[in-house]
Amino acid sequence: MQKTELTINRKKRSIEADPRTTLLDALRHHLDLTGTKKGCDHGQCGACTVLGNGRRINSCLTLACMHDGDEITTIEGLGTPDDLSPLQAAFVRHDGYQCGYCTPGQICSATAMLQEVAEGWPSNVTEDVEVAPPLSREEIAERMSGNICRCSAYPNIVKAILEAAEADQ
Amino acid sequence: MRPFNYSRAETEKEAADAGSDGATFIAGGTNLLDLMKLEVMTPDALVDINPLDLKSISTTDDGGLRIGALVTNSDCAADQRVRHDYPVLSKAILAGASGQLRNKATTGGNLCQRTRCYYFYDTAMPCNKREPGSGCGAIGGVNRLHAILGASDACIATYPGDMAVALSALDASVEIRSANGNMRSVPVTDFHRLPGDTPEKDNVLETGDLITAVTLPPPPGGTHVYRKVRDRSSYAFALVSVAAVAKMENGKISGIRLAFGGIAHKPWHDPAVEDVLTGESPSEALFDKAGEILLKDAIGQGSNDFKIPLARRTLSAVLRQATASGASA
Ligand SMILES: Cc1cc2nc3c(=O)[nH]c(=O)nc-3n(C[C@H](O)[C@H](O)[C@H](O)COP(=O)(O)OP(=O)(O)OC[C@H]3O[C@@H](n4cnc5c(N)ncnc54)[C@H](O)[C@@H]3O)c2cc1C
Ligand code: SF4
Ligand code: FES
Ligand code: FES
Repeated sequence: MQKTELTINRKKRSIEADPRTTLLDALRHHLDLTGTKKGCDHGQCGACTVLGNGRRINSCLTLACMHDGDEITTIEGLGTPDDLSPLQAAFVRHDGYQCGYCTPGQICSATAMLQEVAEGWPSNVTEDVEVAPPLSREEIAERMSGNICRCSAYPNIVKAILEAAEADQ
Repeated sequence: MRPFNYSRAETEKEAADAGSDGATFIAGGTNLLDLMKLEVMTPDALVDINPLDLKSISTTDDGGLRIGALVTNSDCAADQRVRHDYPVLSKAILAGASGQLRNKATTGGNLCQRTRCYYFYDTAMPCNKREPGSGCGAIGGVNRLHAILGASDACIATYPGDMAVALSALDASVEIRSANGNMRSVPVTDFHRLPGDTPEKDNVLETGDLITAVTLPPPPGGTHVYRKVRDRSSYAFALVSVAAVAKMENGKISGIRLAFGGIAHKPWHDPAVEDVLTGESPSEALFDKAGEILLKDAIGQGSNDFKIPLARRTLSAVLRQATASGASA
């Protein structure tokens, strides 16, 4: 058993679990935070995306015990039904989902992705990697490619992200 | 996943000592944990190397860059010095995996990522890399992802990564700390191995060896291109990729470095291809000649036969792009 202390959604939490426990299973099974979803469990779908120290990561491909002292933010920490985050509200407004299974991962991912853009990170579709690119549909599609939507709600997901990004400026 | 003992290394020596005792290093975990869940890899002990002080990018005495082994792929690709002086490296990293994975993937772990051969991943199948002596399921099987150059009767797998292809074109080196504390530097082009009859060894690392950094020579200048051909335009491994750093003078190619991904058990680097291009004026005929030299020993395995013409055409397209700026000058 491995003891791990984490700050999850701004609250200190502690778990004692087999070192095999992934961060994803720790959230869902040890901490009752079931907003984060398990799709593939192998880094291939993005449903499990959470923020680790502000950066988006796949919680299925990392061990909980490797995050001792880290700050983790899940979909539950971004907003609540009465107080939606701007991206959550935009997903509702644009119907950025069908079944909703990929949605927590999409929203966590998009939250961090917009921060990456604000920091000037280039992407694979950026013409000149030296120059920070403006956010376009093409940039969003590329940067969000780690989040698969089995219902193919992509057009509305991109609309929601674009709107939230523009509102932020 | 099989049970394992977990510990953290606070110093390089602690990591190396644990490694010498048979523990497996874990960095980002994005390749290792995937393989452990499938029981393709079954280490008894994991040593977490994340506490080590290997997370910075610094300038070297000769004006190059030293990228610590724990620098994440995201941080490396976003670094201003890398973007300005070694754009092919940023481009190659950004062409790989996803935003989430690149935030975890490290420089050292990326170099050591294992093949994506389907039979290697499926423990019900024979695979000499996973279980030496069991045979190779891919030979005569489904081998769309597999090698056209440098394969052996024991293994036809490819090295799947993108970053190392750019590093090969940049003539970078891997800095390695041996178990006894000695440091050595190995060119990236010599870091990965051909399979021969020991495909279980992907690279030249020995027990207890810790990658501490990758070092880049002074900025090479020129035009940098990374082109990756794959089944979908993002979040997929390369079928074929080409990294190029080309310099033009008076309409002629004055210097060029090329490396190829997706076609062999290692990032492929063939100096004969560079030699035939150097000093020449770019033309389609010249590009064809370069392709012929690159692929003269290429062998298709059935489902991957398409990679031979694909590699030739991708090389031509990359050369056209890389030599365009200087050609008209
Ligand atoms: C869905 C998916 C898609 C992907 N697509 C791509 C792609 O398109 N292109 C691409 O290039 N990659 C791709 N990857 C692979 C990804 O880049 C690698 O998983 C990642 O780079 C590995 O780095 P890591 O730090 O997570 O390594 P880990 O998983 O921590 O380690 C990998 C191996 O390296 C060893 N190791 C780690 N650090 C050191 C060190 N310092 N010294 C010695 N040994 C060390 C470990 O012991 C282990 O054997 C993909 C991965 C996934 C899951
Ligand atoms: S090609 Fe190599 S990795 Fe794939 S089954 Fe054959 S031996 Fe294993
Ligand atoms: S569940 Fe983690 S990426 Fe699919
Ligand atoms: S809304 Fe159903 S998977 Fe995306």
